[in-house]
Amino acid sequence: MKSLRIPRSGKVVAGLIIFSVFVVLTIIGPWLAPYDPSATTFTPNQAPSWHHWLGTTSLGQDVISQLLVGCRVTMVVSFIAGFVATFISIVIGLAAGYLGGRTDDGLSILSTVFLVMPGLPLLIVISSLLPTGQQASPLIIGVIVAITGWAWGARVLRAQTLSLRNRDFVVAAHIIGEKRWRIMFKEIGPNLLPILASSLLFTILYSVGVYTTLAYLGLTNITTWNWGTMLYWAQSNNAALAGEWWWLAPPGIAIALVGTSLALINFGIDEFVNPRLREGGATKRQQRRAGLTRRPRLGYTPVVKTTNVPLVTSPDAVSPLKDEMS
Amino acid sequence: MTERHTGDVALEAIDLSRHFTARGEGGFFGAKKQVRAVDRASISLRSGEVLAVVGESGSGKSVLARMLARIVTPTSGEIKIYGESIDLTKRRELSYASEVQLVLQDPFAAVNPVRRVRYAIERPLLLHGTNKADVAAKANEVLESVSLTPPEQYLDRYPHELSGGQLQRINIARGLSVNPGILLADEPISMLDVSVRLGVLNLLRELCDNRHLAIMYITHDIASARYIADETVVMYAGQVVERARQTTVIDAPVHPYTQLLVSSVPNPENLSHQNTSATSTTVSINFNYDGCRFSPRCPHATDLCHTNEPPNVDVDENHSVRCWLAASDEQRRAVTISSRATSPAN
Repeated sequence: MKSLRIPRSGKVVAGLIIFSVFVVLTIIGPWLAPYDPSATTFTPNQAPSWHHWLGTTSLGQDVISQLLVGCRVTMVVSFIAGFVATFISIVIGLAAGYLGGRTDDGLSILSTVFLVMPGLPLLIVISSLLPTGQQASPLIIGVIVAITGWAWGARVLRAQTLSLRNRDFVVAAHIIGEKRWRIMFKEIGPNLLPILASSLLFTILYSVGVYTTLAYLGLTNITTWNWGTMLYWAQSNNAALAGEWWWLAPPGIAIALVGTSLALINFGIDEFVNPRLREGGATKRQQRRAGLTRRPRLGYTPVVKTTNVPLVTSPDAVSPLKDEMS
Repeated sequence: MTERHTGDVALEAIDLSRHFTARGEGGFFGAKKQVRAVDRASISLRSGEVLAVVGESGSGKSVLARMLARIVTPTSGEIKIYGESIDLTKRRELSYASEVQLVLQDPFAAVNPVRRVRYAIERPLLLHGTNKADVAAKANEVLESVSLTPPEQYLDRYPHELSGGQLQRINIARGLSVNPGILLADEPISMLDVSVRLGVLNLLRELCDNRHLAIMYITHDIASARYIADETVVMYAGQVVERARQTTVIDAPVHPYTQLLVSSVPNPENLSHQNTSATSTTVSINFNYDGCRFSPRCPHATDLCHTNEPPNVDVDENHSVRCWLAASDEQRRAVTISSRATSPAN
């Protein structure tokens, strides 16, 4: 890959900024938190003030500290779940699509079963079986969330692999004697990157939702702070009835922001992974500078006024290649 | 590698067949029927010579090439490489891949769009035993051999930055990088602009002469076959219907199908639209026909043609044809009259 440029689209930039704020909070959040999130030493039910930026709970805890500390666990679990689920879907989707036949039948049935299985009840059953000590482990919770979240990605990847496996470049790789696994992961794999990346983003998003739901239902360890347990305590203390919006709203808004940023980044994925979009093209500003007529008029073909297309010594005559890339 | 002499038989297909099973009428529950995509085709490629295989779409020429490259398993028949018979039940070995290479038709589809050209050239080199240290130099050499100079200008590009002709040269270069003795080219110029076709054809001819490559040139364009070929084979519905050395097939065609092919080439010296000797309308190819497969379209077809498969007849020592018209009286008499049923055609 050449240098990664700053993406052009405003949506992507906004998404990246919001997302990186949350990544930074994941890393340094617990140190930024002004108080111990579990300490019940403050005056309860305070509205936001200079001492408590997001107020206090009815138990006398500082809300912003809970939010900052809870960010880490939520994000880490979602990332683990997202990556594990995507990994499972790559292996199963690629194998089903490329190998075909019985393998495809078996793996397709498996992923269909996981698709129709109601995810949340399954998660509740699995997590209730866990010993109490492990309910707090982000790794184990992440893997459990991944188990219910891989099937969608696997199906999409299988479909795309099916369309790629009969392309000529796969046949060509076979002709020169490439091994099957190499064709799967080195020839077809990179062509799946746009779908893979967007599948990863949405699986992370799914995991944020699922993990928060689990915590909200009190199925994870309720003494570790994450955005779901914040909602759990707010709900069980009737925060909504008491009008304590500063207790309820922040975790909800945080989840919504993470989701929005992931969806925004998704708009720009193609620009990063597709070499055709990465190298070529010009923004509107660059086009104007190059002298390209911006608004097409009827009967006129937009033409570059100043040409700097170099002469290419091609055996097959002319092809307009850009020389800054050689 | 074995020493290659011009004229030696490099690769030989003997009665090679490939049948596909397709669903017949009646959809899912319908009876399955067999499609004989290639039916007992025999051809031989010689080192330093170009064999042109001519035929229309669906005549089985691509399947034949893929069987010879051993990426499609033949239903029956035999493949011999340098006189040695190959066990077709086994998986293709790497040594076979380094001797027989196939160049695909569509240059735009045959190179991985997310990989640089360097990858396409260096992978086969690494796979077939070039040291990592020598790969870069070897890749340059390979590109130079297909006149893509300077190589540095092409190696770090993505396929979409190159033209069709350049990509087809890269495809040929990929095939050549393993230094094969046999190159199968599946319609290598059909997707190219007319202006660059001759360049690619000349390149193939040059490689054939300089490296003593045995080249199989598949085409539906009989004019380009005439230009490049040392021997021409015409296929129809999976069968070889006519073969001859040099340009005899085109200059003096015997089989009505070949005559049709030749007459359908636009002739600048005769601009009047001459009537073709056979019906040129596309008739779906009936692969399960008992008689001559071309008989439904043939203007000279007799009852015999509809019911009995024609024999291979030698016109002279360098020219043979599979047609009842050319058959001798003895050959006609050898067919039992009782086997003639009412013609299924018409």
